[in-house]
Amino acid sequence: MKNLVSIDRLRKRFGDRLLFDIERFTLEAGRAYVLTGVNGAGKSTLLRMLAGLEGAEAQGVTFDGRATVLAPYPAAMRAAVVYVHQHPVMFSTSVAGNVGYGLVARGMPKAQAAKLVDEAMAWAGVAHLRDSDPSRLSGGEKQRIALARAKVLEPKLLLLDEPTANLDGAAREQVLALIPELLKSGTSVVMACHDRDLIGLPGVQRLKLRDGRLEPRSADRDGPAFALVP
Amino acid sequence: MSLADATTAAFGLLVSGDAALWQIIWVSLKTSIIGLLFATPAAVLLGYAIASYRFPGRRIAIWLAQAALSLPTVLIGLLLYLLLSRHGPWGALHWLFTQPGIILGQFIIAMPVLVAFTLAAVQAADPRFAETAIAHGASSWRVMATVLHEVRFGVMAAVISGFGRVISEVGCALMVGGNIAGETRTITTAIALETSKGDFAQGIALGIVLVAIALLMNGALLLLQGDAHAARARA
Repeated sequence: MKNLVSIDRLRKRFGDRLLFDIERFTLEAGRAYVLTGVNGAGKSTLLRMLAGLEGAEAQGVTFDGRATVLAPYPAAMRAAVVYVHQHPVMFSTSVAGNVGYGLVARGMPKAQAAKLVDEAMAWAGVAHLRDSDPSRLSGGEKQRIALARAKVLEPKLLLLDEPTANLDGAAREQVLALIPELLKSGTSVVMACHDRDLIGLPGVQRLKLRDGRLEPRSADRDGPAFALVP
Repeated sequence: MSLADATTAAFGLLVSGDAALWQIIWVSLKTSIIGLLFATPAAVLLGYAIASYRFPGRRIAIWLAQAALSLPTVLIGLLLYLLLSRHGPWGALHWLFTQPGIILGQFIIAMPVLVAFTLAAVQAADPRFAETAIAHGASSWRVMATVLHEVRFGVMAAVISGFGRVISEVGCALMVGGNIAGETRTITTAIALETSKGDFAQGIALGIVLVAIALLMNGALLLLQGDAHAARARA
């Protein structure tokens, strides 16, 4: 399968401390990955580096078949990569305004954006929240709106930082249910997570950050067996 | 004249719609508001830039903005007097003892308050707002608009504090304006003059107006902030 991202050497330092040093980092187009590792291993930092929110040392960067760099962060990646925080924030406009934020930022005409926003809200099951005050939403609702806000942009690479962390019960189930849908749309997805159910999703490649290295592991082999049974 | 008599006379002046009195109030409001209209966009941009970008001299800029908060307005008045006087570098403007001169003074006095308050508001903002905007493809200008919208109550507080500082300052308006009746006489310069003449009624009347303006502006801010706190508490 075609590589979407490949980086020959990806390193992150905080002062003298080397957080990680990855020999070769690749992500295939249209493939899903879970990124695991203990707290502090640098999962969020790695996603934020890929999203251009954090400085990175990188060599030999290729994105979507073109040689590029991570700093300054290239416009081609900015247009194709979306990052979603572990606890997404809602802009204090409206729920629809939040979902359509990136479309408006990209200069899409309002009527066209409104249609896509409606579809994305229906997809995420948040259409009924259209007129809600964004500051009054629950954690699960915010996460689903954030997923809609990201998906509506049809990114080539979607980076999700612990999408189910701190959610439980129905809220977690609702978010979990959206993830396979995202994977079907041809977007490459990297999810930093601890959630066994996400790690166990079929066809998901597992990347493990340990001691500053990235260990590729097949989730099909290492994942919990119960999750492989549909 | 006792304080009670002077206060009664002051209310008399206010209620009777004394033309000279309201002219003074009008000059004060006009120069303060126009000064702020010019200062606000510049200061908000500057405050946002200092809060959001890392550049050489950034800490010096923060230090200067905060130090300028405690700059005496008479000193700004003196500086402007020298600049605007006939033989000064800006003498050709003929702004000394005119309303544009006062407005320029109000602009300079308001800037540090607005910059420092905007800076504090943007620094206190959740960094995820800017990051979310960036990660969804917003341009630098849109990121700024988004963040400033999120901290709009802080920016409003900045504007109200700036207004409070310019409407109540006397040193600069007196030196640059010259306290010319009907032209550059403001609430504060009039109070200073009337008191020195021993006419307390007009001074007290103007003082009442000044206090009323302060109460109104800050009351409005409290109401707005109350709403914001309630919204945050619900979140």
